Amino acid sequence: MSTNANEPILKVTGLHKSFGHLHVLRGIDFQVRPGELVFVIGPSGSGKSTLLRCCNRLEEPSAGSIQVEGVDIMARGVDINLVRRRIGMVFQSFNLYPHLNALGNVSLALRKVEKKVRAEAEEAALKALTRVGLADKARAYPAELSGGQQQRVAIARALALEPAIMLFDEPTSALDPELVGSVLNVMREMRKSGMTMVVVSHEMRFARGAADRVIFMDEGLILEEGSPEKIFNDPQHPRIKEFLSSLEAH
Amino acid sequence: MWNKFVFTYFNWEVMAQYLPKMVEGFFLTVQLALAVVLAGILTGLILALIRSFRIRLLNYGIVVFVDVLRALPPLVIIIMFYFALPSIGIRMSGFTATWLSLSLVLTAFAEEIFWAGILAVPKGQWEASRSTGMTFVQTLVNVVLPQAVRLTIPPLTNRTIAITKGTALGAVVAVGEILNQAQTGLAFSYNPSPLTMGAIAYLILFFPVVTFGRWVETRFAWKR
Repeated sequence: MSTNANEPILKVTGLHKSFGHLHVLRGIDFQVRPGELVFVIGPSGSGKSTLLRCCNRLEEPSAGSIQVEGVDIMARGVDINLVRRRIGMVFQSFNLYPHLNALGNVSLALRKVEKKVRAEAEEAALKALTRVGLADKARAYPAELSGGQQQRVAIARALALEPAIMLFDEPTSALDPELVGSVLNVMREMRKSGMTMVVVSHEMRFARGAADRVIFMDEGLILEEGSPEKIFNDPQHPRIKEFLSSLEAH
Repeated sequence: MWNKFVFTYFNWEVMAQYLPKMVEGFFLTVQLALAVVLAGILTGLILALIRSFRIRLLNYGIVVFVDVLRALPPLVIIIMFYFALPSIGIRMSGFTATWLSLSLVLTAFAEEIFWAGILAVPKGQWEASRSTGMTFVQTLVNVVLPQAVRLTIPPLTNRTIAITKGTALGAVVAVGEILNQAQTGLAFSYNPSPLTMGAIAYLILFFPVVTFGRWVETRFAWKR
């Protein structure tokens, strides 16, 4: 996988997704370059999460192509489990394994997928937990952790596999306001270290400060994309102005 | 009055006479019960795992099998195996007929319980695991099953106790288990004291199991 520095890590072309009669994604094209932090915003039901979930085929796209590091992940015969190791995913509801402690959560895939022996896997897991500031919680079970800590363990679980790109599906939406900051700080640190990230979120202040590019989606289409300054200060599309002012209203 | 009661139900002479037979019956019941529990739960688990692959035709077969066995009274199955199957040349001992019948019934109930447990594990658990590159089977074994089994233990314990008590049905097909020994004792001695012993034997065997079931229920109450 020798990727040119300017070659996109993620390239989505003509992506469609329908659930029965519901046409959720109606032709999406976008690319993410190495080291970029791309923010996806838009009203609920606009298809943001579905777009993200198509990128590692948690949802099966109805049409279109998706390339990760130059590999067409829709191609017949592609090993999707191999592809998924390169794509970290963080969920709104954390989805930590409740029967394993933090270390177990992070090291499971290292042992089963990367076939590391336990000691080696736990060492790597501890490194990832350290990175999200939770080395001291390695032996704690999810039920013993706060929401913010759980989400950071979930981030560590994805990070430990050293993915080429990380997808965040509303990572702070389920958190109490005072816990949001700790998760965003971890994401800032990841950005600094050069991780490529696609973030679906309503944290507009974070988007302003950290995003390289903002994509606005509505009704299954990308209406506009550009720098945060452009999207937030001078959006061309009236739907974006409407959306942004509705956020400011409360 | 009191003397008559003691003479009838707690006749030490009769009891002493039939004690060895009762002990024999006790251990046969234990053997039968353990064999049923082992076979029933294991096969039930395997069926539930097969079902999770969602192969339509196979699942249809499992559902029919499970529903038929849950609908039939265990005694009917035992009698069919023991008295009806020889007509087509299949012969089995009373022990085998009872073991097989109860194992099949437990298999059916255990499959349903395990399957319900697997379904009760949130979809997000599957997604989180698959998103790290774990395969379907790796996810099933390492993520879903440990959670499903934990949800399963209380209802499974109760159901297992209920079905294992059905070993008494073996008395009908001449299995020398507790109830059979007690009835034989009654017939020969014209005194119901062996039945009293039988009841006590069942209590000795199942009371600890029931208590264990109660403990398991509180122990595995799930906090999320």
